[in-house]
Formats: sequence, C-alpha cells, structure tokens
Amino acid sequence: MTARTLDRVFHTRGLTKVYDTGEVKVYALAGVDLELFSGELTVLLGPSGSGKSTLLNILGGLDHATEGRVWFRDLELTNLRDRSLTRYRRDHVGFVFQFYNLVPSLSARENVQLVTDVAPNPMRPEEALERVGLAHRMDHFPAQLSGGEQQRVAIARAVAKRPEILLCDEPTGALDSKTGIQVLDVLKHVNEDLGTSTVVITHAAEIRKMAHRVIWFQDGKIANIEVNETRLEPAEIEW
Amino acid sequence: MEALDRKLLRDFRRLWSQFLAISLVLAAGVAVLLMSFGMSGALEDTRTTYYERNRFADIFVDVKRAPNMLLDIIRDIDGVASVEPRVTTYATLDIPDKVDATVAYVASLPENGTILNQPILRIGNWPQPTATDEVVLNAPFGEANDLWPGDAFTATLNGTKRTLTVTGWALSPEFIYTIGPGSLTPSDEDFGVVWMPEQALAAALDRTGAFNNLSVKLRPGYRIEPVIDELDILLDPYGTLGAIDRTEQVSNAFIDAEVTQLQTLAYKLPPIFLGITIFLVNMVIGRIVALERAEIGLLKALGYSDATILMHYLLLAGLVGVVGVALGYAAGSWLSFELAKLYADFLKFPYLIYSVSWNIYLIAGLLGLIAAGSGAARAAWVAARLAPATAMSPPAPPRFRTSWMDRILHAVHISQPAMMIVRSIIRWPVRAGLSILGMALAVGILVSSNFFPDALDLIIDTAFYQSNRQHAVLFFNDEIEDRSVIEANRLPGVLQAEGQQVMTAVLRYEHRGKRTTIEARQPGMNLSRIVSTTGEVVDAPPGGIMLSERLAKQLGASVGDVIEAKFLGVHKGTHQLPVTQLVTQYFGLGAYMDQTTANRLFQQDARVAIVNVTLDPAHDEAFQQSLKELPRLGGRAMLSENRAGFEETISRNILITTTIYAILGTLITVGVAYNGARIQLSERARELASLRILGFTRGEVGFVLVGEIMLLALLAQPLGWGIGWGVAKMLTESYTSDLYAIPLVIKPSTYSSASLIVLTAALASVLVVRRKLDRIDLVSVMKTRE
Repeated sequence: MTARTLDRVFHTRGLTKVYDTGEVKVYALAGVDLELFSGELTVLLGPSGSGKSTLLNILGGLDHATEGRVWFRDLELTNLRDRSLTRYRRDHVGFVFQFYNLVPSLSARENVQLVTDVAPNPMRPEEALERVGLAHRMDHFPAQLSGGEQQRVAIARAVAKRPEILLCDEPTGALDSKTGIQVLDVLKHVNEDLGTSTVVITHAAEIRKMAHRVIWFQDGKIANIEVNETRLEPAEIEW
Repeated sequence: MEALDRKLLRDFRRLWSQFLAISLVLAAGVAVLLMSFGMSGALEDTRTTYYERNRFADIFVDVKRAPNMLLDIIRDIDGVASVEPRVTTYATLDIPDKVDATVAYVASLPENGTILNQPILRIGNWPQPTATDEVVLNAPFGEANDLWPGDAFTATLNGTKRTLTVTGWALSPEFIYTIGPGSLTPSDEDFGVVWMPEQALAAALDRTGAFNNLSVKLRPGYRIEPVIDELDILLDPYGTLGAIDRTEQVSNAFIDAEVTQLQTLAYKLPPIFLGITIFLVNMVIGRIVALERAEIGLLKALGYSDATILMHYLLLAGLVGVVGVALGYAAGSWLSFELAKLYADFLKFPYLIYSVSWNIYLIAGLLGLIAAGSGAARAAWVAARLAPATAMSPPAPPRFRTSWMDRILHAVHISQPAMMIVRSIIRWPVRAGLSILGMALAVGILVSSNFFPDALDLIIDTAFYQSNRQHAVLFFNDEIEDRSVIEANRLPGVLQAEGQQVMTAVLRYEHRGKRTTIEARQPGMNLSRIVSTTGEVVDAPPGGIMLSERLAKQLGASVGDVIEAKFLGVHKGTHQLPVTQLVTQYFGLGAYMDQTTANRLFQQDARVAIVNVTLDPAHDEAFQQSLKELPRLGGRAMLSENRAGFEETISRNILITTTIYAILGTLITVGVAYNGARIQLSERARELASLRILGFTRGEVGFVLVGEIMLLALLAQPLGWGIGWGVAKMLTESYTSDLYAIPLVIKPSTYSSASLIVLTAALASVLVVRRKLDRIDLVSVMKTRE
C-alpha cells in the first residue's frame, strides 16, 4: 500500500455535488474524501443515486463539483475551464459507458481512429482492436456487430490512446452475463498489460471480486472500502 | 381538450423555431401567389373597367390626310359600331420659366363631345368648342410642369406660334402609359398630351374637313382583322400608316407586358416554395415520428386507433400549414395592395379597382395546406402502421456498409469527423440531395432575378453609348429637305448634325407580313449607329434592305430572299427588295436601307425626318430656345435625360426586386439549413456528445454538424448557378417581344452575390443550432438509450 500511496492518480477533499432543482436540494455527493492509485482496478458499488456516477463524471472531467477539490496527480481539476477539461480528457482519460456510443457511420477501426488521430501517443487502431479480440471484425460497422463486440470496440477506442485512467460506467449493464464476462476479461487485461488505472461502476456486486479495491457508496458518501487480498478471474464470476 | 390535442399543441410549441422556418417558406409561396394574382388582377380589372367606361377603341389608324366624307363609308363597314376622326400632331411647347423645349401630342376634341377614348376631366373645365386658344392637358403633364387651369404657354403648331390657356386636366384610357417619340422611358415633365377643340386645331393644321387619326370601335362578336384590312384598302390613297389593333397601341401593349410578367411570376415561383415546404415538412415530421416511436407504441397499446395516430401527425403538419397560410395571407394582401397602388400611381389610372377574388385566397390556402399535409403523409402513415410491440423497442441502427466510396475516402486520407460527414451524406442520399436542391433553388432564384441588371447594363451600353451617341434627336412632323440638316447645324450649341429618313412600311415575305419602320441612312453615320449584339458597327449595304434578325425571323426571310415592301404614308408604292444582310439587335424590329438606294427607289432628292445632333452643354439654354422657334419641329428627345431617366427607373425597380428576392432566397435557405441542422443534431446528439467525451473540442465537434450542412450548401452552388442560368434563359425567351430582346448576360458578381447570400444564411442557421450543441448535457445524453 505504501508504494501506492506515493503513486496516487486521484485524490479528492470534501467533494460535494448538489443538484438544486429550486424546491429541493439533492446531494449527489456529500463531502467525499477519496484516493485512487496507479495501476489499480477499483470497483464502485452502491444503490442507484448513491453518487457513483457523479463521482466518475467529476473524475473524468465531464462535470464540476459544487464544493470540495479534486486532483488528477498534481493537476487540480476543480476549477478547470471547459477547454482545459477537454484537453485533460483527450490526453489522460478513457471512458466506457453502458451504451457503447459508437459512431454508426464509422467502422470499428475508424471508431478507434477517431481517438488515435488526436492522441499524442496512441497505439495503432489495429493493435487496440487485437487487444479486445476483434482483429477479424475491424472493418465492420457498429450495426454489423453484436452488443458485446460493440462494447469491446468501445473499450478498444478508450484504451487506444494509452490513457492513464479508464472510467467504466456499467460496462456490462446492457449485456448478458456470458458476453459481460468477455468484456470484463478485456478490462482486466488492459489493466494488467498496460497498467491503466481502472474504475468500474456496476450494479452486479459479484464483479467486485475481480477488483483490487471495492468502494461502497451510500447517500453520496463512501460507506465502506474493502481490499481484495485474492482476486477472481472474470471467468470465475457469475451473476 | 383531449390529451392528444394537448400533446399536439405542446409539440408545436416546443418545436416552434423549426416549424416557423417552414411556415415562412410556405408563407412566401402563398404571398407571392396572392401578390402576383392580386396585382395582375387589379391591373386587368382596372384597365377593363376604364376601357369600358371610357369607350376605348379597338382599332387605331394614322393617315396623312383623309377627307371626312370617308367616314360614312367606314361606318358602313360590317362590324363597325362607332368611329371617331381626329386631327393630331406633335408640337413643341414653350412653357414659361422652363428652359427645355417640351414635346406634346396634340389631339382634337370633337365638337359634339368625344365618343371614343373619352378623357375624364380631373380638374377645371372643358374648353368651349369654339374657343381657339383653350386646351386641356393630361393631368400628370400639367402637374409635372405646374401648369394649372388659367396658366398659359406657347405651342408651335404648323410653324405658327400660338399662346394657349389651360382650362383643365384630364386622364385618358388611351394614355395610361405615355412615352414621347424617341424616348425609352416615360417622363411626365418632357412629354404630354394636349386636347384642343377640333375647329381650332383643324384650322391651325390646315385640316378642316379632313382627319389624320381615326379610332374605331367594333360591335361585340366581330373579328378585327377584316375591318383592319378594309380600312387599309380604303385609306391607302390617303397615306395610311396602317390600322393597328390594341396589341400594338403603345399604352395598352405596355400594360399587357406588365400583366404577363406578373402572371409569369405567379406560375413560376410559388411551386418552388410549395415543393420546398413539402420536403421540409416530410423531413421534420419524419424525425418526430422516429423520436416518438415509443410514445406511438404506448398510445396504440392504450387503444388509440391507427387513424387517430395518422390524424395526429397530419394535424401537426396542418398547424404548420395554417400558420404559413395565415402569414402568407397577411403578407400577400398587404404587399399586393401596396404594390397595386404604386402601379396605379405610376400608370395614371383615374381609380384603382382592387379586389382579389376569394377564389385566389381559397386556392392559395388549399395549396398551402395540401403542401403541408402531403409533406407529412409518409411519416404519418409510417406512424399509423407501426405495430405497438415494434414501436416500443428501439429502431434498428442505421446500416452503414463498406462501398467503393470507402476506398476513395481512405485513399484521400480524410479525418474521421470528415468521414462522418461524407458517410452521412452517402447514407441518406435522398435527404442530402433534396437539401442540395432546396439551397440550389434559392441560389437559382437569386441568380435569375439579379441577372436583369446585368442584361440591362449591356442594353444601356449598346443602346445609349454604342448605338445612339447623339445628345438630342429632333423629329419633324413632315419630311424635310436634306439641306435642313445644315440649318440644324447652325443652331446654337450644335456641334454636329446628321439626318436620316424614317418610313413606315408593311413588309411581306410569302404569307407573312409585318408593319414596321424602315430607316434610310447614309453610310458611315457617326451619331446614330447600327450596332449588332457582337458590338460591330454595320451599314445597310446598297441595293436592298437590311433586316434585324428578329424581324427576319418573323418574316421567315433570310439573306438573298426578295421581300415585298409596301410603303405607307408619304412614300406610297410597293417595291421588291432583296435582303442584303441581317443584323442582331436588342431593340425593335429594325429595317434599314442605304439612303442613296431609297432616293433612287422613290425618285426623290435626299430627305430627312430626324436630325441627330451633338451639343455643347454651355449653350444648352440657347439651343432649347432655338428649338421653341423651329417651325416644323414635331418633337425632340434629349438622350442624356433619357439615359438618366432610364437608369434611375431601372435602379429603383432593381433595388425593390433585388430586396424581395434576397428575402425569398434567404427564407428558403434558412428553412432548409436550419431544419437540416436541427435534425442532424437530434439524430447525432449521442455521437457528437461521445466525441466531446473522447476529448474533441467544441469546435471540432461543431465541425461535424456545421460541416455537413455547409458541404451540402457548397455542393448546391454550382447546381444553383446552373438552375439560375436556365431560369434566366427561360425568362429572356418569355420576355422577348417585338420591342426588345433581353440578352442572357450573367456577370460573375451575380453568381457570387447569390452564393454569398445563400452561404451566409446557411452558416447563420447552422451556427444557431451549433449553440444548442454547445449547451448539450454530455452526461445525460450518454446515459440515455436512444
């Protein structure tokens, strides 16, 4: 743990996000202090509305906190303007969502190219697709791919720029468990082979067993943090 | 109100900006329809009423001098209802405090009152029938020259100066549009009509017991041609210039041309706007149905029938139609009334009969609603036919496939965002094609409306600066000896003078005939030149006749053919003349002869009817004064005034029409581009949001949205130029008449300004939509399943 402390990718202090609808104030995050470490695969668990996604969005530079502060390494994200956040996302962050959000008019390879064309130090699109086991489907369009395949293209697109962090919001939410396991397997390999710090939000609690650390959320706060001494292979997980 | 109706109104309110953009396009179509029918109807109705009330004649003849005893024979011609003989002449007027000599057409007022072409007295009184020095002026002329009842001026009648007193102002159906001899534009200040009691005028012109102008009205149901033929035969010994019907009467022909132009507008423009409306409604309602699939499924699951769903979406389009038609009614009624008033004012009608038939409103309204409804028909049908279960599941994603285009796209190494643009266009070729067509039509409308100034520039240059280089033209009532040109040269301020002869003749070839004027000219004339459309200066070769190409075409004659020329007026006689050359010109049905050839033909000494002069502006006042003293002068046209008048009239009209067409073109472009971009945004929100998440900047993401519409707008340009060129060509052909041909000249600046307007309107529309893209909530878009 000590080595990791020295090498933390994110830390937050009193992170708070309030949605003010005029009549009521909803605390999506209520003063979260958190540290995430380099090379770690972290799973965020918790009921709907507990603040997981809000946290992920703030870490990924998609949203601003109402109060508190957040750092990516030495870079404070808290008050970055839109242009700098875009730059930050472009250089450091990969996203995977429940719905794959591929561009339907671009083939698998071209979807990955979207990222490799603008990233400073990308891998070849073909290499990214090989990593997710889709070397043979590179010239297919999203409509010609299954859900699992589309999600793997999305992961390939996310990791092709060699991001330091990969943020996944319910990556298996729209998939059956068999396909889901394939996707998790890809995430695990990316984490291990490329050393990408990975955060996965899920509703399927079993998935926590493949993580280094599991963070439980409740009512916008961290309820519990659990460290797995032994981790399961995705293939061993069932949900 | 039922829940579904409430949904309808709320949908309409939510998407108001898109619907408004469509409604404006539709409104433009409805307004143009109402305006052109309203105006042409008002012109025609007012003219018809005016003609009926004031007994406008059917046939008009000018003769040299015919005895009054012929009148009984003419009255007996089968079909003739009434006949009115007159004594007429052109005279030079000297108006107190006015430097310029002024020209007027002087016509007699019959002793027992006019029975045809009856003038309406506007102010003052008619002269006493026996008065020798009282006259009535046509009202615009009196007004322009500040000559009120009681005022006096001098006129040179048959070489004698007479002082005449104004007793009143009148308007006449014969002179709704007045234009002086040799002038190209009407000018109330320089040319007028003077009515004078018959006794006095006949005595002054030495025509007592005779007439030189005749109007004839036919009984209903009789054909005009036989009467014209009889009149020509009967009046031949008296120097007739040939009987003409209303179509050749100057004032009436001008109004005919105006009515035709307005009707052309009514048939050509509105279909474009209605077509674009159909396309836009189809695109927008189609998108709404796609977005509301789940809702449609739900409604059906709740028990709503297919017919209700169908009606729901048709009604949504119907609202667009209603708003468009209402806006069109308002704009069209207002524009049409205001423009009709302008016309009535310009044309000097005594009153304006303006009533747009409810039929026109009904037709315009129905067309508008049908356009909106048929635009929505396909999408509404799709919605009605959706099975509930299918409707509630998301639609299949659009299918993109690799094609030969991909190899090209890869070969040229375009960026992925550019690839997205190109693929989207290839994926929806019909939509892209129609968007291109819509914007191309906007460009075409602008090019084809703005080419007139280009054409007129050329006409003005040819007519005023290449052909007619004289400063003034002097007309004589009768031909004068050639040596009078030398006298004209001695007038103060005259630098150079050249004379020419002008004769009226009927030319015949095979069974075709045409009444026209023939100019007899000395070769090498310097002031008035014959210039072809290619800019060449030509002279009529001796030994025959040179025809303008338009005239030759009407006669079916070409070089080498021998045509028959029946001369009217002074030089009676029929001669066979070989066609020696053709010349292409913009104006008139010209025919030209070498002066020496004409002299030999008529066995005459050289004579002239027109003297062209160049002037020293320093002596203008003395020159004008000398004209007032010139006994046989029938009129004069100052070409510099003509030029200024022509250019002023044209530029004022052009400013109005250019503005109207720029608005119409912009409306179309905004309708197409704004809706196109809104639909792009709606369809691609997720894609574009995901690009933002991947780290693309707002500018880069905006490029995909702006880029596609602007690429389509760019592609529309050459097509639009082509359409504009084609429409302009059609217009030049449909406007070409006996009087003129409009050359098809389109300057590069016309193309570029049309493109600039359309591209700017497109860019502005897309940028408005881009602002929405900038405000899009990335997270929520990504979290929802489309």
